[in-house]
Order: sequence, then structure tokens, then C-alpha cells
Amino acid sequence: MSMFGELSRPQRIRLTKLSPSARREALTGLLFLSPWIVGFLVFTLIPLVASLGFSFANLTLTQEEPLKFTLENYQTLAEDSQVWSSLLVTVKYALLALPIGLIVPIGLALLINSKYLRGRAIFRSLFYAPAIVPFVAAIYAWNGMLNPETGWVNQILKAIGVQDPPTWVNDPNWVYPALVIIGLWGVGNSLVLYLAGLQGVPSELYDAAQVDGAGWWASLRHVTLPMISPVIMYDLTLATIGLFQYFLVPLVLNSGTGAPGNATMFFNLNLYKTFFAYGNMGYGAAMAWLLFVVILLATVALFKSQKYWVYYAGENR
Amino acid sequence: MALRTLDPTALALRRSRSRRDFLKSTGVTFLAAVLLAAFLLPFLYMVFTSLKTKEQMSELGTPPWPADAPTFTYNGVEYDVYRVPTDQGDKDLALVKKGLTESYFIDPANPQAGQIKWTGSWRSLPRATWTLVPHWENFVNAWNQINFPRMFGNTLFYAITTEIGVLISCTLVAYGFARFRIPGKDFLFTVLLATIFLPATVTIIPTYTFFVKIGWVGTWLPLIVPAFFANAFDVFFLRQFFLTIPREMDEAAMIDGAGPLKILTSIILPQALPAVIAMSVFHIVWAWNDFFGPLIYLTNKPELQPISVGLQKFNSIHSTNPSLTQATSLLALAAPLILFFVAQRFFVRGVVMTGVEK
Repeated sequence: MSMFGELSRPQRIRLTKLSPSARREALTGLLFLSPWIVGFLVFTLIPLVASLGFSFANLTLTQEEPLKFTLENYQTLAEDSQVWSSLLVTVKYALLALPIGLIVPIGLALLINSKYLRGRAIFRSLFYAPAIVPFVAAIYAWNGMLNPETGWVNQILKAIGVQDPPTWVNDPNWVYPALVIIGLWGVGNSLVLYLAGLQGVPSELYDAAQVDGAGWWASLRHVTLPMISPVIMYDLTLATIGLFQYFLVPLVLNSGTGAPGNATMFFNLNLYKTFFAYGNMGYGAAMAWLLFVVILLATVALFKSQKYWVYYAGENR
Repeated sequence: MALRTLDPTALALRRSRSRRDFLKSTGVTFLAAVLLAAFLLPFLYMVFTSLKTKEQMSELGTPPWPADAPTFTYNGVEYDVYRVPTDQGDKDLALVKKGLTESYFIDPANPQAGQIKWTGSWRSLPRATWTLVPHWENFVNAWNQINFPRMFGNTLFYAITTEIGVLISCTLVAYGFARFRIPGKDFLFTVLLATIFLPATVTIIPTYTFFVKIGWVGTWLPLIVPAFFANAFDVFFLRQFFLTIPREMDEAAMIDGAGPLKILTSIILPQALPAVIAMSVFHIVWAWNDFFGPLIYLTNKPELQPISVGLQKFNSIHSTNPSLTQATSLLALAAPLILFFVAQRFFVRGVVMTGVEK
């Protein structure tokens, strides 16, 4: 049963009268849960509510004006072109990174899971390895690889006859594929998840598909993909949430300048600067809540879409 | 079953199928190897670049591996060697006297012959064949300039203290979820899982503000203390594993008078050791990689920063020296990569168990 199985299960809260021994068990259990309950309240629930409160206040780290609660932050937000353009940058990037970030690990997993591949364990380990590299180090490696003159990518492209290879991170359009490539280097985690998903597909299903005359593509389309759809759902959801908050790579890559042009001025980079550079808590919180609502809508849409394409085997207990 | 019949056509079919399988297998393995080579190329780039001189990096047309341009010492002075087209074909000659339209060279193979006059601009000449010379001293420089021992110590301290926090808190909470009947437990568990999907952006401003107000910013506390209050990923992971441990042993111990804590430490944990190790290894790699937390809480405390932040600060200053950048990056990734190859079976298990059921 996957994490989504847990989430989609209907809740039953039974508050029946407990016997003394049951009450003792419940209290002991709660005691064990208490580190998380306290942590959830202090580090999640209270900050969540507080940031909603902040978003209506003229709060700054060095509060000089008297505190007042208005809708001003949201009014400014609606007219702040930088906010909307940074959200657009984020969405644009997500539309490119999301499909590639799904197809590549699934494709690699299919390849590594192929019965024709020799040395499967070695391939799995080595494809995973870059996911271990601290991402700051990975960024510098790729920044060098993608250097227009000295980088190996362009030297290889020139060697195979590409006349005018892109300048990658220096080009407002090519910077997005460059960021996707940097992101793909950490594909190992998704890859291992999909591999586990593929290995969980019962081989009888493939036999049955073969008897029905299904070829490679048909059995991928009608057996493999439905069977691993819960893993796709899990990966897709976390990737979506992650991409809406994407900004650490551009922050390190160009010291958060948004270069080239404003092409890498992602929403969260803008938010990070609003809060950490200008100490504007109220406005930052309003931006955070705008993003939260967007992410929530996207997540809910994904969850709602599940019934059309996600197949939960054995979940109807 | 396969040899039920010796019908020649069936035999031929079988032979052609096995040949086809061999071809497929070769093709698939070759494809995977090519993709893997491309995937691992940045590692080679890092190693090669880290061993190059600044001179090689700034010159075009040099080999991809670390190499030095050859020089020739003549009468105690070092001269650069160029590839010069002469009547007898290209020759590697040392440039001793530069001129706009004509220059003078010495043949390193035959210095006694004296200076050779060559007409043309020496700037148009390519350097003679570069020879492989790895500059290990770049690593010494990187090590000293980034103050690697201090960075390493800070990162290790961060990884270990949070590891202790995560281990204690997540074990307790996972045990609570796995073994106790608590009213509303399903609801609490759903809330726990929902926090995985809660964007961190929405809580960071009040959390940071809170740590500013209580004077913790600029210390390790905002990074370490929350680790002692459990996190959804690790709780879910451990709880899934605890559920696979049969209850009979707990119950037997309970009858013998063992309390819940005793059952956890003497029965559950020993059996869950592979999961606990997997989680610990994962956590260390996560801590090594963690950047944003240390960045915001330790911005003005270079003496406390872990390697991720130190690497970024260092390279935003030394971006003009790619060799040093790659050398520091390699120093930063050495520890987690070694840990990965030592403990890789735990990694795979860890990823699998966190994400999907097994």
C-alpha cells in the first residue's frame, strides 16, 4: 500500500468510551506520538496560521510603523508585475521540466529493468550516484560543462558538427533546458522508485498480454503504465510541489540575480529577496500564501484526476 | 519441454531466436552504457578540470585532460614551445625571440644548431603537443583556502546532531503509530503524511521570524532542535518497517512484564536495524546536501557554516578559477559519495521503502 493509499483512505475517528486499559494504551501511544504532535504544532501549524495573519499586516523585521491589519498586501500583490512575471517564469519552467522529469526516469527505469540488460545492479548504482552529489557541487560541475567556450557539452556539439551551439545559462531561452539538465542529474531517486514499481508488476500480466497478442508498446501502454501509475502519481505530485517552489539552483548559479535578463527570476527567488533582503514579512507572507493557494489547487487537481488514470491494485480492502 | 520435438524448423526457429536475444541484449546493454557514459561525464569533467592549471583553462584548443604546454630551457631561461611549419614539415620549436613579422626559434632536439629564423606572426602558431600533467596542488590550495577541515567538521557536527534527533524522535513516533490503539490515530497519520505535501515556503517566514525573536539566528539551534521533533518521511518509513515485525514477540515480552519502551529498544529496534541504518545513511547524505537552512540561519557566521554554504560563498568569490571551483566541489562530494558506495544496498532499500510499499 502506497502513501497515497493511506491518504485516500476514508477516515474513521472513533471516540467511543474506552476501558481503563484501552485508555492507558491510548495515553501511552499519545506519549510516543508527542514529539511529532508538538513539532507539528510549533513548526507547521502555528507558522502556517501565523503566515496567513502576517499576510494581512504591515509587518517588517524592523517594525517602525504602528502595526495594522489591512488588505493592502494583497492589493499590492495584484498589481505587482514582478510577482506575476516571476510566477510565469516558474510555470513556464515547470511545463518544460515536469514532463521531461517524468519521462526520463521512467524511460531509464524501463531500460534498466529490461531482461536484456546485462549488469543491471551496476547500472542502477551508477545511474543513482549523481543523486548523492551535493547540489551546490552539481551546479558548479554543470556550470562548467555548459560553459559556451570551454564546456564539454558545446565542444562535443561542435565536434559533431553543430555550427552554433547555444550559450546555455547565458541565453534567456536556453537557460531553461540547462536548468532541466542540471535537475536531471539527480534523477536517481525517481529512477529507483520506478524500478521498484516495475519490479512489483506481476509477470503473469505480461504473459496474459502476450497471449492476447500485445507487442512491446501495447503491454507498456496497457500493463506497465497502469501498474506503476501510483508511483507516477506520487512522483508527479512531489515534483509539482517542488517545481512551484524551485529557486535554489538559480540562487546558487547566478547569486540570485535572475540573470540572464530576468529569465531565472523564479517566484520563490523573488519571495526570498522580498523577505531576506528587504525584511518585508507581511508582503512576503502574502506572496507565500498566493503560492500556497496555487500549489494547493494544483495538488487538488492532481488528486481529483487520479480516478481517471491511477490504478490502485488491492486498495479496496 | 523445449526438446519435445526435433522438428528441424522448430530448431532453426529456436536458434534464430537465441541469436536475436543475443543481439537485443547487446543492443540494450550498449545503449545503456552510452547513456551512462553521458550521465557520468560531469564527474570526469570535474576531475580533469580540478587538475588543470589556470593557464590551460584560459587557452583554447587545449586537451580536455590536465596538461602542460611544453617548455624548453635554454641558457637558463624557460621558453614556450610552438608547432612551427618548416620546409621539413611541422617542428616543435622553442620561441626565443618574438617579433611582429619574424621570430627566432631554437630546436630543442638540436639546440647547438643555434637560432632559426621564421617569417610570420608567432601569435598564429599553435602550441606544441600538451603533455599530461595532473596538478594535484590545486587540491592543497582548495583544501587550505576553503578551510576544508573546519567545513567538514561543521557538516559532520550538523549531520550527527540532527541524526541523533531524527533517530530518537522518529523511532518513538513510528512506534506509537505502529503499535498503539489511539482514537483518531488514522486522522493524525493522515495529517503527518499531508505535511509531506505542504510547501515549506508557506511556513518559513514565521518560523524564521520566531528564531530571530528568540535570538537563535546565527547559531546551530534552529537547524538542530527541529530534528528532535520527528519528520513525516522518516516516521512513515520506520512505521512501514515496524508493521512488518510480528507482534507475537512484543506480546510475549509484555507478559514478561516489559514496558513499551523496553519492547521498543529490546525487540523492535534490533529487528528493524536494516531500516534504521538505511534511514541514518539517508539522513547523513541529506544533511551533507542541506543548503537553504544553513544559508539563512548561518549567513553571517562563516565559522559555523557547513560545506554546502561554504562552497557557494567561496565560489561566488573565486568564480574566475574553474580549477579551484571543481577541486572544492570534489572535496565537498567525496564524503557522501564514498558513503554511498560503501552502503549502497541500504540506499536502494531506503528510497524504495520511503516511496512505495514493499
